[in-house]
Amino acid sequence: MSILVNKSSRVIVQGFTGKEGTFHAEQCIAYGTNVVGGVTPGKGGQTHLGRPVFHTVKEAVKATKADTSLILVPPAFAADAIMEAAASGIKVIVCITEGIPTRDVIIAKKFTDNHNVTLIGPNCPGIITADEAKVGIMPGFVFKKGTIGLISKSGTLTYEMANQVVLAGLGITTAIGIGGDPIIGTTIIDLLKLFEKDQETKAIVIIGEIGGDMEIQAAEYIKGNITKPVVAFIAGSTAPKGKRMGHAGAIIAGSKGTAQEKKDALAKAGVTVVDSPADIGVKVRDVLNK
Amino acid sequence: MNIHEYQAKQIFAKYGVPIPKGKMIEKPEDAKDAVREIGGNIWVVKAQIHAGGRGKGGGVKLARSLDEVEKYASEIIGMTLITHQTGPAGKLVKKAYIEGGIDIKKELYLGMVLDRAKELPVMMASTEGGVEIEKVAAETPEKIIKVEIDPLTGFQGYHARELAFGLNLTKEQIKEFGKFAKALYKVYTLNDASLVEINPLVLTADDKFIALDAKMGFDDNALFRHPDISEMRDFDEEDPAEIEANNYGLSYVKLDGNVGCMVNGAGLAMSTMDIIKLEGGEPANFLDVGGKASASTVAKGFEIILKDPNVKAILVNIFGGIVRCDRIANGILEATETIKVEVPIVVRLDGTNAKEAIEIIGNSSLTNIISATDLGDAARKVVKAVKGV
Repeated sequence: MSILVNKSSRVIVQGFTGKEGTFHAEQCIAYGTNVVGGVTPGKGGQTHLGRPVFHTVKEAVKATKADTSLILVPPAFAADAIMEAAASGIKVIVCITEGIPTRDVIIAKKFTDNHNVTLIGPNCPGIITADEAKVGIMPGFVFKKGTIGLISKSGTLTYEMANQVVLAGLGITTAIGIGGDPIIGTTIIDLLKLFEKDQETKAIVIIGEIGGDMEIQAAEYIKGNITKPVVAFIAGSTAPKGKRMGHAGAIIAGSKGTAQEKKDALAKAGVTVVDSPADIGVKVRDVLNK
Repeated sequence: MNIHEYQAKQIFAKYGVPIPKGKMIEKPEDAKDAVREIGGNIWVVKAQIHAGGRGKGGGVKLARSLDEVEKYASEIIGMTLITHQTGPAGKLVKKAYIEGGIDIKKELYLGMVLDRAKELPVMMASTEGGVEIEKVAAETPEKIIKVEIDPLTGFQGYHARELAFGLNLTKEQIKEFGKFAKALYKVYTLNDASLVEINPLVLTADDKFIALDAKMGFDDNALFRHPDISEMRDFDEEDPAEIEANNYGLSYVKLDGNVGCMVNGAGLAMSTMDIIKLEGGEPANFLDVGGKASASTVAKGFEIILKDPNVKAILVNIFGGIVRCDRIANGILEATETIKVEVPIVVRLDGTNAKEAIEIIGNSSLTNIISATDLGDAARKVVKAVKGV
């Protein structure tokens, strides 16, 4: 078991024949992901990386029975690509693209919600179920199979944390980078629900950061609904107010969205909060041994 | 990206949001011509900087004659204005905005912003105009009326009514307010704004609404489809090092400490700052070299970090995913050849091709490069290096 993607996921890549699309599709295939084809408007009928290319997602779904899509198209076209996937019967959409206008994301998310589709991202590294499927741009070798579910707003910090979990003698069931934008498709709570139900997952790690109040909402939810141990780290304790820290969503607005406020809320909800980003692996092991 | 009041008002005018007559000047000697163009017999001279709180800092003056306007313009242009938002160093004022005086009956507040939790833009109104809205939100939140607006259906009559009744407006005023609010929604949504704020929104003696102040911020991700707004960017309002970093695809924020850091990825970069602090050091900056870090971006990163004279050591923390660590290692060596890095550099490379990278660093003849094995080790070593200097 795992969540959202596994070895039977049938994956297409939107932006398949582009530079980014080609590079990451190759990496996903090498990991063992069941990539069944790709979409590049205007290049339908060709074969790329040994897989068929289609003009539209609708054609791709019809021909390959794809249920999952990895989106690697430029920001100006990404919301369109998300909505095309949702309208064509894709069930899990993973949008890696960084820099999509917020207004476009709001509309695309409403659209995926109306179609009962899971949207992960945008501006994220994607999702990986260890040893089964990598639908994203993360280095697959870091994510060894195990019992920890990982939810993160970040990219490289996710790899760092997964690596620590592995070095602590544990491993990952599914790891999801939910993205660092102000509006994202799948929230921490959405994933907590799935991990709570997943029998293979024994503990959950949340990697949050400054900006917004998603971690605080998650803390509220954990209180009454999550029985599995949760370990959390919030990046940005030293970030100044009012400055965007790389991610479009990582900004302390007024006095809202600080790391301390989030840590306090999580700790109050019974979550094991670590102050040092170097302590995640060890703390997860401690919590599991309790 | 933020813009000046006079620029926000240009945008307001384009969409039919009423503003007072005004003109921006850069030289005090243009003040009188501006006044003649505006007309009337009372004027306000306002310093144009991006920070709020200009009035309290002496950057807004009421003038009753041509000579007074010129006098205040010459005082304001060239002054260093300190407000609660500029920091203690203040901001040099290069432009002033001269505006005709308004007969004020009531001061209100009207703004629009993205509500991240609700995932929708909200329009907010308050009877407490002219006061800091954060203060109102903290002390008397019931005095702020909020309506969420779905971008798929746009601004509706009920949005206007909820706000207007909340502001205790009369029947005649409600009609005027509805037109005003609808135009403001257009300003926000059609320009991909992240913030529009009118504080105060003025109800005039003849029951008209007029935007006395105007503040706008924009979604950087959407600027590509608004070349007219991109042109309004005022580089004088930004940190030159941050602009330079941006031009090279790096994301940089200067801080007050002495440990420089160069990291790939925003989350890891913030965490690196955090752990430096936990180990007893003070980070000098946030620097994300991005997913496509190369030898040249690393070199540029060093250059930018070293422009800050406070930096006594640098921590390079790279977790290679897309980025290959061996490439970064070569980049570090290349960079130290072209830029003289005299401070100790602690290097922690992990992930894709980390082994090769550590060999490359190990085989170099540079004595100021210290290798670290993990995040904790790296932070301890760099703090030690700073304290040893």
